[in-house]
Amino acid sequence: MRHKTFFWFFLPTATAMLLFIAAPIVSVVIQSVFAPHEAVFIEVESCTPLVGCKTETTIDQEATRALKEAQPLGRFVGAETYFNRGHLAVAEVRELWLNEPDWSSFFSRLGNLPFYRAMAFTLTFTFVVTPLVIVVGLMVALAVNTVHERLKGVVIFFSLLPFVITPLIGALVLFWMIDTRGILGTAAQWLANDPNLSLKASTGMMWISLIVYGVWHAAPFAFVIFYAGLQTLPFDQIEAAQIDGASRFQRVRYVVVPHLMPLITFVALMQLMDNFRVFEPIVGFNAEAHAQSLSWSIFNDLGGEVQQLSSAAATSVMTIIGVAILLSPVLYRTWRDNRRAA
Amino acid sequence: MAGNAQKMPAGLRFAASGFVIFWLILAAFPFIWTFWGSFKVELDFFSLSDWTNALTGERTRAAYDRPFTGAGYYGSWIQEEFWRNVINTFIVCFFVVCTSLTIGTLGGYALSRSGYRYTFWLLIAALIFRAMPPITLVSGYLLPFFEWKIWGILPTTIIVLVAINQPFTLWMLHSFFKNIPQELDESAKVDGCTQFQAFRRVIVPVMWPGVITTGLFSFLLAYNDFAVTSMLLSESNRTMVPEIAAYLGTTYTEGNVMFAVSAVVSASVPLFILVMFFQRQIVSGLTAGAVKG
Repeated sequence: MRHKTFFWFFLPTATAMLLFIAAPIVSVVIQSVFAPHEAVFIEVESCTPLVGCKTETTIDQEATRALKEAQPLGRFVGAETYFNRGHLAVAEVRELWLNEPDWSSFFSRLGNLPFYRAMAFTLTFTFVVTPLVIVVGLMVALAVNTVHERLKGVVIFFSLLPFVITPLIGALVLFWMIDTRGILGTAAQWLANDPNLSLKASTGMMWISLIVYGVWHAAPFAFVIFYAGLQTLPFDQIEAAQIDGASRFQRVRYVVVPHLMPLITFVALMQLMDNFRVFEPIVGFNAEAHAQSLSWSIFNDLGGEVQQLSSAAATSVMTIIGVAILLSPVLYRTWRDNRRAA
Repeated sequence: MAGNAQKMPAGLRFAASGFVIFWLILAAFPFIWTFWGSFKVELDFFSLSDWTNALTGERTRAAYDRPFTGAGYYGSWIQEEFWRNVINTFIVCFFVVCTSLTIGTLGGYALSRSGYRYTFWLLIAALIFRAMPPITLVSGYLLPFFEWKIWGILPTTIIVLVAINQPFTLWMLHSFFKNIPQELDESAKVDGCTQFQAFRRVIVPVMWPGVITTGLFSFLLAYNDFAVTSMLLSESNRTMVPEIAAYLGTTYTEGNVMFAVSAVVSASVPLFILVMFFQRQIVSGLTAGAVKG
């Protein structure tokens, strides 16, 4: 295909992506180094007969508005937003570092700073859910592979449901069940023999519930991919392993899993990226008091009563950096495969 | 492992079947439970006294003489005018799917037919764009959209969702077009077609299976989105998902949880129908990306 033809074919999609993906990335970077204008104060001297004169400081509405209109982005603050208490909190962290007697108190105080709290949950969620999704998906795929051919369609139908369901809706459905008055909440009370047990009230329980949701939502994705991989198993190798005396478990461990390895890597990389943006379950589980993620903090900054655009932008930039770090192995792999193919 | 299945010892086979059943319950039970409960009153669905009330509908019978009631549905659809949000959702999804398939097909086709090195870098760029969390992009949109006064309306949301959809659409269609032999359009070009004519007359008739699969995923992305729709739509233009999220803030105080429950059930029905009819395409779409590696 000639360059010119290619250009015209590719122009619409390229325009869409440049305008609404590339440009906003530039836009958040710019917004993050600006902060809202401070209000302009003026001193007004008001004199009342008999009482005398006094000077009052009031907000000069007109001048503030004029300033806002002249520079809609706000005033330039450089990296200040990144280092303030709401984000990297450099000053607070240094103070904790110097004053806290031991590691555990350092980390528990660090967890009170919003950015580090969000980071802690985001990373925990990402690195717990991803391996669990792979294990559960693999187990389901191996089990489904043994059931009768006719049943497979039904099994796949039901398995897909948690995956295609809207994340917010899936989270709500589970959330209503773990409510103290819901079926799972009641079951948990009965099991723990504690009528006051509430899964929603403790941070640990909330984290576990969110992780369970994460696995429930993404395991079908892993299952479908592994199941497709199982259909191309090398039978002669399995048979050879069997003749060599490999047990069933050994055959899975040394033949099936290595055969699926490229798929496992694929699922792992996809899941790392997707779990890093965990967001909807926190809204659905009403869990913001116990668990916050980076995406959730951005959402909260944007949707609060006072829109904090520069704070949201700074968190966005740091989220993008996080995504870039997670993405680098995928990019490297794609680049290497491409070079090998070329 | 079909050959091996016969040789499985009974115990293991039993365990595997048990595990499959356990997984099925895990996957399906929450939906069945919520569907059943959506026809009850709140005191049954969230029962303080006895959890079996949610099954039998004790309080529902006391209030309505029947163990089932459509009160939640009436409340959400008629009273709260949820149907408006349903219509908005389908407008958004329809236009997102159509637009993103049209421009995605052209782009994906071009990527699959051009042998130059820049196609690889374009695909890499698309992969990077695909990884961007939508909410980070949203924080980049808000200020310019306010400035240009295009915030809050459906067309803005549609075009944003189309753009967010593009990277995924391109990757998927690229791999589908790669599987259509290049000789087809080559021979059309030898017969005197331009590239576009070759595309329109030779490729378009055979591309539908791939396009339908990609369209399904575009639909799912638009339908399931929360980050973009909740931040970019004004209250009167909300689609279903942000509306359900907005219910939550108010319902917990007003005691209308059942409105939210019935809205949630209503919003999941289209997805169930979709999986029922397009299961094969969804599975093939999921695996298409993976098998390519």
